[in-house]
Amino acid sequence: MARALRGKVAVVGIGTAGLGEAPGRSAIELLAEAALAALDDAGLTLAEVDGLFTATSVHAFPTLSVGEYLGIRPRFFDGTNVGGSSFEAHLLHAAIALEAGFCDVALIAYGSNQRTAGGKFVSFSEPYPWEAPYKPRVPLTAYALAASRHMHLYGTTREMLAEVAVAARAWANLNPQAFAKGPLTVEEVLASRMVSDPLSVLDCCLVTDGAAACVLTRADRAKDLRKPPVYYLGAAGAQWHRAISAMPDLTITAAAESGPRALAHAGVSISEVNLAMLYDAFTINTILFLEDLGFCPKGEGGRFVQGGTIAPGGKLAVNTNGGGLSCVHPGMYGLFLIVEAVTQLRGEAGERQIRPCDVALVHGNGGTLSSQVTAVLGSARTL
Amino acid sequence: MTTEPNPGPEAQFRAFLAEGRLMLQRSRLTGRYVFFPRIAVPGSGERDLEWVEASGFGTVYATTVTRQRPNPDGSSADYNIALIDLDEGVRMMSRVEGIPPAEVRIGMRVKARIATIDGAAQVVFDPA
Repeated sequence: MARALRGKVAVVGIGTAGLGEAPGRSAIELLAEAALAALDDAGLTLAEVDGLFTATSVHAFPTLSVGEYLGIRPRFFDGTNVGGSSFEAHLLHAAIALEAGFCDVALIAYGSNQRTAGGKFVSFSEPYPWEAPYKPRVPLTAYALAASRHMHLYGTTREMLAEVAVAARAWANLNPQAFAKGPLTVEEVLASRMVSDPLSVLDCCLVTDGAAACVLTRADRAKDLRKPPVYYLGAAGAQWHRAISAMPDLTITAAAESGPRALAHAGVSISEVNLAMLYDAFTINTILFLEDLGFCPKGEGGRFVQGGTIAPGGKLAVNTNGGGLSCVHPGMYGLFLIVEAVTQLRGEAGERQIRPCDVALVHGNGGTLSSQVTAVLGSARTL
Repeated sequence: MTTEPNPGPEAQFRAFLAEGRLMLQRSRLTGRYVFFPRIAVPGSGERDLEWVEASGFGTVYATTVTRQRPNPDGSSADYNIALIDLDEGVRMMSRVEGIPPAEVRIGMRVKARIATIDGAAQVVFDPA
C-alpha cells in the first residue's frame, strides 16, 4: 500500500523568505512570506489551499496559528512536531491525505526569526528530568556524545568531521543564498573554539533566520501547473528514543530503518540516488546518515568523506545548498532540505546544479538523533 | 474526601536517592533492569517491577566536556557530561568528577556517588 503512493503526488511549488538575517520580522510573518512565494511558484492561490501542515519552535498549536494568520480553513491539517524532521513527516502525511482525497492542495510551511530574536536556539521542548540536573546543552551535548562514541569505536577523527564542514562550505560558496561564505580549511575547523568535545564551533550548524514552504497536489493536477512537477516516490519515518541517554546505540540512528523503508516504497536503490540532502545540524550527523542510509558501511563514514567525496566535484553530491552548516539553519531545518532537492530536480540550481539529477534522497533528523524521516523525490523521468 | 498520596516510580526513586540509596527497578520474571523508573517494563509491559539496590559500578559509554568561559578567578568552569552503563545493564546520563573533565575516557570504570546538585540528591560518578 505504501508503494502505491509512488508518483501519485508532486511538489509543485517552493518558496523561502528571510534566509540568513531578517531583523524586525516575526516567525509567522516569514512563514507567510514563504508560503505565498511557494503558491506563486506553483501558480496556485491561497484560497485553493485545503491541506495545512506546519510546525514551528514558537507555536504550541501551529496549524491553528498559521491557518488563522493566512486566513485559510483547511479540510485537513497536521501539526506533527518531531523536531527538524517534522517536515519530511508532513511530506509523507500530505501524500497520504492528497491521495486519499482528504485535501487537494497541501501547504507545508515553516518560519523562524531565531537569529535576530536573540541568537540562541529557541525551543519550547520540555526539560528532561533524567538529564537536566547535569546541565547538558541540548542538543549540542547529545551530538558530542555520539561523536565521542563513533570516534572510539571506528577511529573517526576530528579531521574527518572537519571534512564535512569544509565540503558544506564549498557548496555554500556556489549558492548565492547561503549565509556562511568564504574559504574554509580542515585546519581552520580544527583550530576553531571547542564547544563540547570533540565538536568545535565550526562542527555546529548556523543559527539563522529563515522560512520555507512547499505546495503539493496530486500528479494529474501537477502536470498543468507552472513548474515541472517533482514527484513523491516514497517516504518513511522511524523513532527509537527521545533523549540521548535513552538511545540504544549512539552510532546507529533510526535512519537505518527509515532509509531502507523509504527506498523500498520508492522502488529506488541507493546507487540510483543522485543527490543526498542529509540533515547536518552537526558534522557527525552527515557521517552517521551516510552510513545508516547505506551510502557506505557502518563505521566508514569518516573515511568516506575524506578527500572531497561529498564536496563539489566529488563522487556523491551531498547538501548542495551548503547545508545547515553553511547555508541556513533557523531552528528546524527539515523543510530547506526539500526546497533544495526540488530546486536541483527541476534543474534550477544555477552554478551548483548537479547533472544528472533525477533522484534525490531527503533525510530529516529531529531532537537528539531521535526522529528520522527519509523521503525520496524524483523527476518525471523516474515515473 | 481526600485521596492519599500514592507516589509513582519517579517519586519513589527520588525518595530513595534522598535517603542516600541508588535503587533500580528489576522485573521479577525476566530479571531485566529498567532505568529511568517506569510503571512497567518498556517494550514488553511486565508490571512486576521491584526495587533493587544498584551495585553502583559502571563503565563510561560516551563522554564530552562542556566548555565554558573561565570563572572570575580564572579557574576553568568546564565540566564533564557522560553516559554511564551501569553493571546492571542500564544507561544514565551523569558526570564523572574527581578528575579533569577531559581525562574521562570511554571504557573507564566508575563508581556512583550521591551528590547534591541545585538542592536535590543526584547520582554522579568517580573513577572506580
